[in-house]
Amino acid sequence: MHYLEFEKPLAEIEGKAEELRAMGVANEEMDVDKEARALDKKASELLRELYTDLTPWRKCLVARHPDRPHCKDYIEALFTEYTPLAGDRNFADDHAVMGGLARFNDEPVVVIGQEKGSDTKSRIERNFGMARPEGYRKAIRLMDLADRFNIPVITLVDTPGAYPGKGAEERGQSEAIARSTEKCLKIGVPLVSVVIGEGGSGGAVAFATANKLAMLEHSVYSVISPEGCASILWKDAEKMREAAEALRLTAQDLKELGVADRIIREPVGGAQRDREAAIEAVGKAIAGMLDPLRKKDRDALIKQRRDKFLKLGARGLAA
Amino acid sequence: MNWITNYVRPRINSIFSRREVPENLWSKCDECGTMLFHRELRDNQNVCTNCGHHMAITPRERFAAMFDGSVFNEIDVPEPIHDPLQFRDQKKYPDRMKAAQKKTGERDAMLVAEGEIGALPIVAAAQDFSFMGGSMGMYVGNAIIAGAERAVATGKPFVLFSAAGGARMQEGILSLMQMPRTTVAVEMVKEAGLPYVVVLTHPTTGGVTASYAMLGDVHISEPNALIGFAGARVIEQTIREKLPEGFQRAEYLLDHGMLDRVTPRTEMREELITILRMLMNQPPAIKGNLPAPEAPEAAPVAEAAVTAPEAEPKP
Repeated sequence: MHYLEFEKPLAEIEGKAEELRAMGVANEEMDVDKEARALDKKASELLRELYTDLTPWRKCLVARHPDRPHCKDYIEALFTEYTPLAGDRNFADDHAVMGGLARFNDEPVVVIGQEKGSDTKSRIERNFGMARPEGYRKAIRLMDLADRFNIPVITLVDTPGAYPGKGAEERGQSEAIARSTEKCLKIGVPLVSVVIGEGGSGGAVAFATANKLAMLEHSVYSVISPEGCASILWKDAEKMREAAEALRLTAQDLKELGVADRIIREPVGGAQRDREAAIEAVGKAIAGMLDPLRKKDRDALIKQRRDKFLKLGARGLAA
Repeated sequence: MNWITNYVRPRINSIFSRREVPENLWSKCDECGTMLFHRELRDNQNVCTNCGHHMAITPRERFAAMFDGSVFNEIDVPEPIHDPLQFRDQKKYPDRMKAAQKKTGERDAMLVAEGEIGALPIVAAAQDFSFMGGSMGMYVGNAIIAGAERAVATGKPFVLFSAAGGARMQEGILSLMQMPRTTVAVEMVKEAGLPYVVVLTHPTTGGVTASYAMLGDVHISEPNALIGFAGARVIEQTIREKLPEGFQRAEYLLDHGMLDRVTPRTEMREELITILRMLMNQPPAIKGNLPAPEAPEAAPVAEAAVTAPEAEPKP
């Protein structure tokens, strides 16, 4: 288990309980059970306490937690017959973006998502979930495919942002993102999206411009990272806590602003503590969003999506 | 330190500084340092007459130079809710807004208007970099939607001059949501079969480039304009290497296939007329003496408000 900075007190208690149990195994005459259970109880109480009212900055940390289920985990667990389709037909296949045909509850869908990787090797291969233009162009191609065969699209959003690289700029990073957003708005099939971790700026918009958007309880979606915002507006990257607070980037704030349509409850202590439960909850939410959309015709789907974004910004948040 | 540096030099400097001309009559070219007389600079649309460097130009000045007879009608932009997030960094967002409004005399970072260029009626929007870096917030989104709707309603082409650092952070996610919102606006124009031409000016970066600025039927840029998604500093830190000369400049983007043309500001009007007339299936523009356009139908906007504030009063 990887503990976040604010979870240090929890790590201590859980560490102690573990030590105690190890001692109990070593010396059979010692009765550690009662004490260990007391520690467990204390730990679970503390965990509950830590995760109620997480500050926005802590939510950012949880959203980026390396042990959270990632796109690949959701695809493997929630979809059958997943058949990856690769490449943008122009330049390359971007491994930061997974996508292909699959079945969701036995119905064919196109699933697309950003994958951050789960160990050093896969993180490098996936470029930490930061797509290049090829990734967005692959997504565009897959959305076109879905549109042509009347198959719904499900996108899973988890990216720090689009990759800031020389080649990415030369090959039209901004054009690729703009076209992907445009494609999201154009397709005449249901498009549902879930922010499973980090919704990083334009790189997320290119996938999340959906009929319905759900966000995991501790996920974030923002115009800029708190660190980036702090270094620009506070001229001090260390002011990320203040920036996270000011940006109103939590799922709860976004629901209130009408950007997110629903919030998916996470297990106590975050999705990383009970991955199966989190994945199952996401599956239910996708089904809940998708089913009513299947009954709508092409024009109604496009209109609903457009109207949703045109109307955004009609209400703000209180301080 | 001695008495020469402490006493004599300030005295000499003060004598020279006294002879400096008033600031508003002369401006210095940021690039070559040539002193340019304000009238000459204005007539050349803030392009240095010596080196051709393009300096910033306000939307009003641009429109005055572009529209026939400097006549244009502003299009109303629905006012968005103010400070939706109650955003506060080192300053409060409403205070930053007030300062920007005072500085520029404008409501926000975009001006939308209709008028004629070469007798062809168009709708134009121009972003104001001097207003909080031209940043795209809800007002800019509303302005683009208002412009697009007007273009569709009247069957006119839509020309957009972009200039922005990116999204307006003080509006958080709602500024980011202007990417899909403005994309919807662009779609409306395209579906109506009308041209949407983007003129990218210095600088156009971030979320603005990744939405309406890169979705034009035709992309024209002013020379040497900085255009890109990520900032050069961020890229250098990420890839740990120096970026090539001219990286993310208009000519570089032209070479990489992201732009159709790079055109000097002083030739932009003629070029827009040529392109738009062809796209609108109109005969070639009549060069020479054009009759002054008639006063626009609903013309409550007075002449004074229509021309650039610095412009001389008409005799």
